[in-house]
Amino acid sequence: MSGELAQFLLSGLTVGSIYALVALGFAIIYNASHVINFAQGEFVMIGGMATVSLLGAGLPLALAAALAVALAALIGLALARFAVQPARGASVVTLIIITIGAAILLRGLAALVWDKRIHALPAFSGDAPIAVAGATLAPQSLWVIGVTALIVCALWAFFNRTLNGKAILAVSHNRLAAQLMGISVRRVLLVSFALSAALGALAGILVAPITFTSWDVGVMLGLKGFAAAILGGMGSGPGAVLGGLVLGLLESLGAGYLSSAYKDAIAFIVMLAVLMLMPGGLLGARAAERV
Amino acid sequence: MRGLLALAAVVLLAPLALANNYHYEIAILVGLNAIVCVGLNLLIGYAGQVSLGHAGFFGIGAYGSAILAARYGWPPLASLAAATAAAALLAWVVGRPILRLRGHYLAMATLGLGIIISIVITTEDRYTGGPDGMSVPPLALAGFALSGERAWYWLVGALLVATVWLSLNLIDSPVGRALRALHGSEVAAEVAGIDSARHKLLAFVLSAAIAGLAGALTAHYAGFITPGKATFLHSIELVVMVVFGGMASTFGAVVGAAVLTALPQLLTVFKEYEMVVFGGVMMLTMIFMPTGLVPTLAMLARRRR
Amino acid sequence: MNLRTWFAAALLAATAAVQAQAPIRIGSFLSVTGPAAFLGDPEQKTLELYVERINAAGGVLGRKLELIAYDSGGDAEKARTFAKRLIEQDRVDVIVGGSTTGETMAVVPLVEAAGMPFISLAGAVVIVEPVKKWVFKTPHTDRMACDKIFVDMKARGFSKAALISGSGGFDKSMRAQCLGVAKNHGIAIDADETYGAGDTDMTAQLTKIRNAPGVQAVLNAGFGQGPAIVTKNYKQLGIAQPLYQSHGVASKQFIQLAGDAAEGVRLPAAALLVAETLPDSDPQKKVVVDYKRAYEARFKQDVSTFGGHAYDGLMLAVEAMKKAGSADKARVRDALEQIRGYMGTAGVVNMSAQDHMGLDLTAFRMLEVRKGDWALVQ
Repeated sequence: MSGELAQFLLSGLTVGSIYALVALGFAIIYNASHVINFAQGEFVMIGGMATVSLLGAGLPLALAAALAVALAALIGLALARFAVQPARGASVVTLIIITIGAAILLRGLAALVWDKRIHALPAFSGDAPIAVAGATLAPQSLWVIGVTALIVCALWAFFNRTLNGKAILAVSHNRLAAQLMGISVRRVLLVSFALSAALGALAGILVAPITFTSWDVGVMLGLKGFAAAILGGMGSGPGAVLGGLVLGLLESLGAGYLSSAYKDAIAFIVMLAVLMLMPGGLLGARAAERV
Repeated sequence: MRGLLALAAVVLLAPLALANNYHYEIAILVGLNAIVCVGLNLLIGYAGQVSLGHAGFFGIGAYGSAILAARYGWPPLASLAAATAAAALLAWVVGRPILRLRGHYLAMATLGLGIIISIVITTEDRYTGGPDGMSVPPLALAGFALSGERAWYWLVGALLVATVWLSLNLIDSPVGRALRALHGSEVAAEVAGIDSARHKLLAFVLSAAIAGLAGALTAHYAGFITPGKATFLHSIELVVMVVFGGMASTFGAVVGAAVLTALPQLLTVFKEYEMVVFGGVMMLTMIFMPTGLVPTLAMLARRRR
Repeated sequence: MNLRTWFAAALLAATAAVQAQAPIRIGSFLSVTGPAAFLGDPEQKTLELYVERINAAGGVLGRKLELIAYDSGGDAEKARTFAKRLIEQDRVDVIVGGSTTGETMAVVPLVEAAGMPFISLAGAVVIVEPVKKWVFKTPHTDRMACDKIFVDMKARGFSKAALISGSGGFDKSMRAQCLGVAKNHGIAIDADETYGAGDTDMTAQLTKIRNAPGVQAVLNAGFGQGPAIVTKNYKQLGIAQPLYQSHGVASKQFIQLAGDAAEGVRLPAAALLVAETLPDSDPQKKVVVDYKRAYEARFKQDVSTFGGHAYDGLMLAVEAMKKAGSADKARVRDALEQIRGYMGTAGVVNMSAQDHMGLDLTAFRMLEVRKGDWALVQ
């Protein structure tokens, strides 16, 4: 039965990596602007769908993927510049609704520009399953897990070693102080949206060979990523990664050992429990204000 | 109270413009959504909290009443009351710990709760009929089954006026003043001796109960329900109605519900562009009139004077 | 006859003439967007294409057809509102639509009350069982798919099967039907797993099935991307038992998505998918080849059986109007019930007062994926 457990763990890690990437997107934007960006899932969709269509136009996979990520980043930038920035100072609800409106708009556009069919990307390095500890793993899973690990390292370097990254961190800690130190809050907002969009798109490209992609693939992935971000502690980067992985593992183990019928509910039950019992999340700010 | 009279007049006179049952249908749906929105507005506009799971409470009302009436033979009026109470109870259980926190934790918690409810409804097909839905017996009052669009129109219209009346009264009561103080500054309100958690919880539970009641009514009116009305997307629609019409404006909530219920019917001319137009309208409204339609118009009218 | 009655009579004649020339209105509500868009999209395209073609060929009974179609987004409440609109406001003569069972069932009470002939394009058996006076449907039922699959399993000497299904309406209804009829075929269902609508990985469920002792074949009831993921995971886990899919994935797209993993997968489907490879003697060949070519030439997309259901629905309505000699609702309904031997993309349709679908098991063909294409299992 150890093969069974290994299988559940491997599946959980693969799916969890994707949740982690989406959750990171939520965390970065939340940090920079306290906006919960409900269009995050749509960037996942844009990454996958754009790659599929560019590939169809004859581009090589690597170039298609790079262009798709760039396209998503541009859309993220536009969303920040033309929708979020003009509404600065509006209430949280207003901002949430703007991003939800953006999600619906992007989904509608995707259905128009591309189509409403489901598409597959070819796996980056073949489909021959790899045997690990009595379980089997698709080569694409290694891509997903590996690239996620690389990105987490790169992000760490970005936030701790580069000026842009440090600026975002500064704004998240104290907006006013950061502004007084001469950091452009506007620019931080733009950078964070572009970065999150690129991350989401990358996640979308990585999973497309395993889970396929379509115009409406972003809805559920976005919500699961959001749950992961809360589990980890809203606004915490390491928390988002941990939350994603934990969620993926819980889902896979839950489906394997408990009930597969309620697999989708696990993420939200965990999220609700976290909010009720430890609202700071796994790695979030310890002291959520109680009143 | 002038507004209330105007609303009653609109409800009374609207049938003159309703040419057929399809028009009545739209009017009834507008009314039911408006009832939910007036309740939700108490939470969003006055307690300053967002619920992203109100479709869940709507679903509990709808399915609760449907299951009790169809599967256990309860008289619809009793099942209606029980389902409404169930929605309120659930809101209380979840809201109590969450609303002790400052910030927007309720939005996240209700989002999760709403999705869980919708998954349960979809999965427990033995009771709910699953994704394909279930039939619901008609509402019977003292042996008379309430049927036909016209009868329902008057029932829903009367309930809408009653809900608005309740809402306006609540806002003018000490509780309402406390809620408004909260929205302004929670700390200041605390210092003034207001138990903010209790007041927020009251608004949340009341809005959930109203959503549950509207859900139950919708189920009995339609005679058939599917999980579609309990989904995250419908929760979003409800919030959008409130915010579009105007937060902290009871009549704004009514107008928002009316516009956004009728809009998809008008948008059918856009066919495949419908989603793009809907998303675009949502964004533009929020960017250019973040306080919503009714307050913005009221402000413009004041300025012209 | 005084002037007044003269005038009235003239007016009456004039309106009658106008009515004869007014188009016949075909109403429709389909899930063109939303999770069931892959059903509604080809259905809508098919209706538009064939209303155009019928009109180009002179219409029906000398009148043009007019299509009034709304997008329900898969939402049953919207479907009900649009049905009311079609009945009360647009005053259509017949409704051909309803991509999903939920939408269809929500509309049934309305059409029954209004006396509106309604041809549904949804699958579940509850739509026509028990028979509803005004409601007909074109696709095979899920129970027939289960029967067809179990007959094939039995023929291969299997008696223990596992079931994995999605959580959508189609999936759940088919799962219930399969569990219900398995015993009749002497098949025991030893494992019964489910997955969610947006699920991205089914290896956990399939691992459980693999570890269930004695399972000889696996049946996946579902549509959309789920079955393709199941098929891929199945291959990845190296499960050797044969895999059966449902008619819910009966389009070329399934093979494209699942790729090599689809090799050897069997499923019951209408002959439409293997149109060109049917023997010339097959009476269904002309219908399915014509529809396939027309659809693919116009939309540059592979044909699916779902669009075929819409084709059958529209053609049955037209056939009934021709038979009835009018678009009168009651007469069209009666004519629909009397259609015998009509050849559609789904098979031969023999309607009766007891059977408002009119298809039998012969309408289904057992297909297998071989070398990236559908092949008939003999």
